[in-house]
Formats: sequence, C-alpha cells, structure tokens
Amino acid sequence: MGQTLFQKIWDAHVVQARDDGLALLYVDRHYFHEGSFHAFNMLKARGLAVRRPDLTFGFGDHYAPTVGRSTPEVKDPEIRGIIETFEENARANRIRAFELADPDQGIVHVAGPEQGLTLPGMTVVCGDSHTSTHGALGALAFGIGASEVAHVLATQTIWQSPPKQIRCSFDGELPAGSTSKDMALALIAHIGTGGGLGGAIEFAGTAVRALSVEARLTLCNMAIEAGARTGMVAPDAVTAAWLAGRPYAPAQRDPAWDRLFSDPDARFDSEVTLDAANIRPMATWGTSPEEAVPLSGRVPRAEEAPDEARQKAWARSLDYMGLRGGEAMADVALDRVFLGSCTNARIEDLRDAAAVLRGRRIAVPMLVSPGSSRVKRAAEAEGLDRIFKEAGARWEESSCALCVSMHGETVGEGERCASTSNRNFAGRQGRGARTHLVSPASAAASAVAGRLVSAL
Amino acid sequence: MEPFTQLTAVAAPLDMANVDTDQIMPARFMRRPRDARYVDYGFHDQRFTPEGAKRPDFILNRPPFDKAGILVAGRNFGVGSSREAAVYALLAMGFRCVVAESFGDIFFSNSLKNGLLPVRLPESVVAGLRQAVAAAPGTTLSVDLQAQILTAPDGSTHPFTVPGFARDCLLRGLDEIGLTLTLESEITAFEARRANAA
Repeated sequence: MGQTLFQKIWDAHVVQARDDGLALLYVDRHYFHEGSFHAFNMLKARGLAVRRPDLTFGFGDHYAPTVGRSTPEVKDPEIRGIIETFEENARANRIRAFELADPDQGIVHVAGPEQGLTLPGMTVVCGDSHTSTHGALGALAFGIGASEVAHVLATQTIWQSPPKQIRCSFDGELPAGSTSKDMALALIAHIGTGGGLGGAIEFAGTAVRALSVEARLTLCNMAIEAGARTGMVAPDAVTAAWLAGRPYAPAQRDPAWDRLFSDPDARFDSEVTLDAANIRPMATWGTSPEEAVPLSGRVPRAEEAPDEARQKAWARSLDYMGLRGGEAMADVALDRVFLGSCTNARIEDLRDAAAVLRGRRIAVPMLVSPGSSRVKRAAEAEGLDRIFKEAGARWEESSCALCVSMHGETVGEGERCASTSNRNFAGRQGRGARTHLVSPASAAASAVAGRLVSAL
Repeated sequence: MEPFTQLTAVAAPLDMANVDTDQIMPARFMRRPRDARYVDYGFHDQRFTPEGAKRPDFILNRPPFDKAGILVAGRNFGVGSSREAAVYALLAMGFRCVVAESFGDIFFSNSLKNGLLPVRLPESVVAGLRQAVAAAPGTTLSVDLQAQILTAPDGSTHPFTVPGFARDCLLRGLDEIGLTLTLESEITAFEARRANAA
C-alpha cells in the first residue's frame, strides 16, 4: 500500500519508535518567539543547554509594537521586559533571532517561509498553534506547548503519537473574488472546529493546486481552527519557484522534493470533499471560527442550530456579538478593521486589499500591519502604502498586532472589528471585543462600507 | 512534576462547548511571570467584571465549585492557542483533572506534561456527570490513573485511556526531557545518518 505525504515525512524523522505507536521525531526547524520565555526558564532551571542553536530561529512578533522598531523605546515596561528577555535568551544561546530592529523581522509564520527557512520534507515546530501554516510548503509542521518547546531546545526531538490522516479536497475552480481564506472558513463551517481534531489534514484537489504558495499558507494556517494538529500541501513546481532565491533556501531545488506526495493508493482515515465553485466570500458572525456564513447571507438565529448543544452555543455567541440573529450580514455595522496577522498579511494579501481601496476612502478606522518588515518594504516599493494611507488607513510596522492584542493595543469593549486574522474567540482582540473573520479583499470593502460586505 | 495517581475531589460543571484557551487564559496576562497571581487569571473575564468584582453568576465563583478539583467540561475543551499558561491557570485555580468528550490537541498534551489529567469520556457520560454534579453541589468524583477508571457519584465506573508513555510519566512524576536525554546516543546516531545521506 502506498504512503501519504504525511507518512513519508514522519518515517524519515523517527529517531525511536515505541510499541504503542508513540515516536520520537527529529526536528529540522525550531522557531520560537517572545512568548517562549517559559521554556527557556525551564531549561535554565535544569541547567540544560540548547542542543542545536543552528536549527533554532527566533522571531519577535507577538509583543512587537506596530509603531517603532527599537526595544529600549517600547513604552510598556512589562512588554519591553518580554522583548528584552527574548533577545537575551537568543544571545545567551547563540541563536539567530530576528529581533525588533532587524530588517528581516516579521511574524514567524510569514518571515520563516519568506527567509526560505521552511523547506519541503522538513519537520517544523514552534510554540505557537499556527505553526501548521508552514505545511503549505510540504513540511510537517505543528504547534507545541512550552514544555515541548523546552524538550525540543534540549533534545532537538519531540514525542508524537501518529495523528489521523485526513484528506480535504477542494475540487473545481474557485470563483473570482473568493480566496483561500474563504475556502478555510467554508471548510470549518462544514466540518466544525472539532472536525479535524487529532488529525493531520492534507489539502488537495484542483482548486488547491491552483493556489499560490501564499494562498496555501493561509489555508494551512487555518487548519488548526478546524482542530487539526497540522495542514499540508504536497510541494510542486509552484512551491519550488516560490522558494528559489530565498536567503536560507538551497541554490538548487532538492530532487528529494519530487517524492513528497501522497501515493495514489495511499489510505486516509477520512476524506472530505468540497466543491470550490460554490465558495463565496465568507465571514464569521459568532465566537467560533465554525460560525461562518457567506457575506451575502444573514446571521443565523439560535433556533436554527442543528442540535441542542449548538443552539446554546449560538445563543451565547449572538449575545456576545450583540446580534439578534436573522439580520443580513451586510447590515452589520463595524467600528474598525484590521488587516494583518500570520493568516493574511503577505504581499498578495496587501495587494488584494489595496486593489479594493484604490481611490476610495474608508468609513471606519483601519489598521494595516504587514506580515513582515520585508513585506512592508515590498509593499512600499509598489506604492501600496500610499493607497492605504490615501484611503485613510494606518500603515504601520509588522507585528501579530490586533490578532492577539499582546502588543499594547486592543479592540475596545463592545467594539466590532472585521479582521483578516484567524480567531474570533470572545476576548481575543481585547476584553469584550467583537471579531468578524474575513479575507483581505472583504476587509477592505468592509472598511469602505463601514459594514460587513464583500468586494464583489 | 507532581505525580498523579488517584484523586477524589469536588467536581464543577462547565456546560460550554469549544472553550478556547483565550477564555481560560486571556492574552494580556501572559506577559507576567508564573506566580501567585495566576489564580485570578483562569477564566478571568468570566469570573470578574471589568471593575474587578467577582461575578456571582459564574459557576466557578460559586461555593462549593470555587474549591473544585475536577472540572467537567464540554466538547473541544482547550481548543485554539498553544499557550501552556492555560494549564498553569487551571492548576492555580486548584484543578488537577478535566473531564470532557474531547480536547484541543495541544492543550491535551500540555495538560499531561504538567500534572493536569485530561479524561476523555463519551458525550453521554460527560453530560450525565455534569448534571449529577450540578444537581448536588459538592459531589465528588474519583479518578484512578493506574486503573484508568473514573467513578461517578452513583458508583458507576467509566474506563478512560491516557497514552502509555504520558501515563507512566504522570504516575511517576517524571518529565519527558530527562527520559529523552537517556536516548542521546540514538539522537546522535540519527544526526550522523542524516549527515551521511546528505
């Protein structure tokens, strides 16, 4: 029987296998960020060294301010302390860290791939759940907790039990105006946030093959929101072309990449297929990523929920979101818009949004935070910054920013924000903040309208 | 890590699905060191008003549930962010065990590594336990990790499974780093094989 892409990468990294299926996997690439300080503390407490600083890379992103690139000038002492600790830990352990002032700083899941640090066939871990993003390059990539970060720092390995193999196929052609963000939201609305629980999703099908690498990164980024440990896409010519010339990528494409695909007779534990032609621009209305509908639709009523548990959940979500249920999505008025995050802040995302904003003015405040400092420079070279600024948006520095609101700015209590990020959880963008997840083009259109609309 | 063998404790019902780790541990507290203040971070925005007053209507604020050691939750407990601080907050609140139909993957793993036992049971059993402990506040549940059995208030027993390696570590209070370091020669051999193949 053939093997899945996942199994091929897994098998190539087993240091030791136990009878119960648990395997000690070797880690090719270990990323960390400012929030990983607990793990460095654990290491210090045990007197252990970082085993492979050369395979470890730090990115300052979670606490990075959107204004200013100088650590000593960060105003909040607690935030400044976190950033200083990150930089000290990297220095003390001789780890290359892309610090706040580094011209290549960026969100780890944007800047890591951008640097060519994530390559097909690699195992990649990071103390951040959106590490699944890197699977878009044909890597086996997953998020881990602080104890596991300490374990990887000390041993360059991680214990894992094999996940369920799930193949998610998007057949047909994605309509113009729909994006891979809409594919992700449509999938999660279909299978639920528990739909991928304990699983590894391989994204396949003609509509996935047709996506750019950046769009694939968005899709795999959201795999965790379906509950999956990871998402991945088999590498192809598009992947190789995207990687060519990146600082840490090999000069020549590795012939081993050609074997990284699921064999035709490979067996998956479950399969789900969606028709890409039916996917419209989507938005969430509730406090779980599965609570999503097309922007052309309306907010559901709690009594329309398919079961009693979800009826309760929907009622709670509607209450938190300040919605009655039944209103048209296009009638939901916004207070602000956020364009950024590891989900949707790459150059193609900024181009999508700028194309909608060109020559128009926004009706509600909008923050644009590019995914990396490189993306910011590339956008400025193309003149995208002028389009955003002329439309009335704030054009600022790269940071996780309002996706996780750790950098010192939050969405206010009761404020409603259309956001290109990945989580609409209660309180995610700030206590009492109301988040609607959308694509970059929809975020731009919504900023102009002051309501939740698509660019169509 | 403190060993986990058996636990009999008051159980609190939390009848909510998809409780994410942002709710368990709001992001704004994560810049703080792991200290005594963690006891207030757990479920903070549901336990406290914006002014800092305790919300008496939130179940985990109500006696005897405010002293519970076991949380009987809903499906997909601990989804979302990988923040291990969510586990630290639950431990600080006094929980040593969470019972649910399913858990977020990373949360499940983080719990096992910190001595917070995640017990997966069928939906109907979990719903029954939630009802039982809600109907008679102060009711205790018993969990035996060696036998992998949870005993309900009515005396009924429910088997659960915890992955073998993690269970051994929990029972003995060992952490994985120490065990993996004993495999140093295997790791070095793997690195050598890889270097030769390249």
